[in-house]
Amino acid sequence: MSYLVVLIPITILMGAIGLAAFFWSLRSGQYEDLNGAAERVLMDEDSE
Amino acid sequence: MSCCEPANARSFLENASEVSGLREEIRLTSRDLGDGLRQTVLSVPDIHCGACIASVERALKKVEGVESARVNLSTKRVTVNWRDSDGPAPDLIAELAGAGHASHLFAAAQESRDPALTGLIKALAVAGFCSMNIMMLSLSVWSGADEQARYAFHLVSAALALPAILYSGRIFYASAWSALRHGRSNMDVPISIGVLLAFALSVYDTFQNAPHAYFDASTSLLFFLLIGRTLDHLMRQRARSAVSALARLSPSGATVIADNGAKDYIALSDIRPGMRMIVAAGERVPVDGIVSDGRSELDCALVSGESQWKPATVGTLAQAGVMNLANPLVLTATARAEDSFLAEMVRLMEAAEGGRARYRRLADRASSLYSPVVHAVAALSLFGWLYATGDWHLSITIAIAVLIVTCPCALGLAVPIVQVVAARRLFESGIMVKDGSALERLAEADSVIFDKTGTLTSGKPRLVNTDTIPAEVLAIAVAMARLSRHPVSSAIAAGYQGDAAALPVLDSVEEIHGLGVEARMKGDVYRLGRPAWASGEKAADPGAASMSSSVLSRNGEVLATFLITDRLRDGARDTVAALRQRGLAIEILSGDAPAAVSGVAAEVGIDDFAPDMLPAGKVDHIRALQASGRKVLMVGDGLNDAPALSAAHVSMAPATAVDIGRNAADFVFLHDNLRAVDTALNISLRAGALIRQNFVLAIGYNVIVVPVAIAGHVTPLLAAIAMSMSSVLVVANALRLGRPAKRGTVPARPAPASGEPR
Repeated sequence: MSYLVVLIPITILMGAIGLAAFFWSLRSGQYEDLNGAAERVLMDEDSE
Repeated sequence: MSCCEPANARSFLENASEVSGLREEIRLTSRDLGDGLRQTVLSVPDIHCGACIASVERALKKVEGVESARVNLSTKRVTVNWRDSDGPAPDLIAELAGAGHASHLFAAAQESRDPALTGLIKALAVAGFCSMNIMMLSLSVWSGADEQARYAFHLVSAALALPAILYSGRIFYASAWSALRHGRSNMDVPISIGVLLAFALSVYDTFQNAPHAYFDASTSLLFFLLIGRTLDHLMRQRARSAVSALARLSPSGATVIADNGAKDYIALSDIRPGMRMIVAAGERVPVDGIVSDGRSELDCALVSGESQWKPATVGTLAQAGVMNLANPLVLTATARAEDSFLAEMVRLMEAAEGGRARYRRLADRASSLYSPVVHAVAALSLFGWLYATGDWHLSITIAIAVLIVTCPCALGLAVPIVQVVAARRLFESGIMVKDGSALERLAEADSVIFDKTGTLTSGKPRLVNTDTIPAEVLAIAVAMARLSRHPVSSAIAAGYQGDAAALPVLDSVEEIHGLGVEARMKGDVYRLGRPAWASGEKAADPGAASMSSSVLSRNGEVLATFLITDRLRDGARDTVAALRQRGLAIEILSGDAPAAVSGVAAEVGIDDFAPDMLPAGKVDHIRALQASGRKVLMVGDGLNDAPALSAAHVSMAPATAVDIGRNAADFVFLHDNLRAVDTALNISLRAGALIRQNFVLAIGYNVIVVPVAIAGHVTPLLAAIAMSMSSVLVVANALRLGRPAKRGTVPARPAPASGEPR
């Protein structure tokens, strides 16, 4: 029983961190331009 | 040609350099970010790849005053932040045109982010997180946890369910509450009751240390329903943003000449009757006005459906939306923006709102039948069990099981998933659908009404007799035509396939207003233009000449006659034949002259046509048809069609239509090919069949499971499995639409250079 008291909170905490990360990425606009992100990764940094 | 090479760069460049007041318009539509920074959003429809992103951003960052530029490839927009100085706004559009990208200002009022979608996705994420974790705990309870662990697991589940019930459920409670307040019931009412009751009872059971709790059922119900809701929203939003990415046709302001001669660019709403405004060639008239200076030709095709260009001299009345073709005009405004022709059309449209307002979506009709049945069955099983056993707890448990099992999980997914897949298929064929109910309405259509100019015809004049003109004569004409912006000249220039460097060099060129182009080369005088003028007769009245022919002469001697006509749209004849084969009645309603309409009607093979129709006449005609029980599909593009588009049961417009027409239409097709009408009809019919199949699946599932639930044998495990299974089945069935049909579809034509969504 006692191991559950440790493990279940850890599981849920990990899930919650994932959820928080998703919310953060949503808020910081990472889903605004999915097609553009795919192209930008191939672009050189501006050489000018 | 690579995708980054816009086909229309040349013509656009010329347009952009001519448009006066554009820089003021940039300032007018920009948003103040504070600190002297302003933000402008430009729509650049031809961005397609990484190289386009780089070239657009590089071009904009070079402009003085621009702080940052960021392209969004998905929405094909670029957001530019620029520093406001006392001078005019940076000429972003001209800079982009220089880099070969056509762009237009994006209205400031349109928000690029969609708060409703973000809310739905957040709710979906919370519901997904909670339901998955609860499911994991439930699995251990089902596989036989001891009593102490079960109690702990139920407590944790309750804690996990709370955010899903409170946060994700809000969307349903709000909708259910607003329906109940208006004395109606919708699908969200049984959902809300089921979810809330199941949660409350589960909490009670947890503290009673009962063997079962329903946390998993109530949260996964929310999760599945939110998927359907989000898909539905996503589809509508995508279509809307794709439509607004197309070029705006009405200007947001006009250049006005003040009494002291100063020119000022002011917003459309500030224009008062009596003001004098300048309309450059290639611009549309912003408000109704009378020409007070200048001489030009007006293209009224989008306004009245007339294909013939109207000459404009001092005293001519020009309606808002008419395009000025040849020379700059000074107009005296006769009406304010809200009283002009455009606003008149809007009022007619509002009055015309016909079939659509009365139409109830299939899902709503289904739920209005379904939710009373669900309530009745749940209430009956509650009282039935109470009467039979007298056990309150058992009766409520069974009633909740019935509510959850019958909850229209599959039903809620059945319609949106099919519509999303159908909308995707339409997107691939270059057709955008505004909202799901349009697909249902299109499937019902039994008559089609076409507008002529710009719909059955391409609306762009073309040179038809290139073959009969000697090459060297054509070269001279093209060399002259290239320098003029008149549509006939553009048509002649576009008819030339050869190398621009091989064209003869002209010594001098002069454009004679309303008549044509005069050039001198090696001592000879060449004239390209109206037949009477070019062949040396004294300048004729420009109104008498026809647009359909243009003459090239040397020193008054005719060298060649160029025949120019408005060509039929590609696939027009095939489409009419295909529609007729489907058994639809087909008609043409046009604002053009009888001769022009009957010619086109004979060419595409339509027997019923009505020329000289006024906008209100079109609406009356459609109303009369609908009153006799017909469901009309209206296909049109002009301002004069807009009221008819909103009066019809369902409507379609080409991407070249005026914005007001595009907004009124349910479908917008991007390709030039009229085949899109048949393709859309085909997909909507198949979508309708799939939706009915999905209803049968979802209801069939309920018919099997509900008796089991009423008998009291549905455990949470069984409810969860059955619910997921039916949803998966419905989704899998909908995906069948994603595959091309075995027959009856046309291969999609390659995309045009611009405006194609991906």
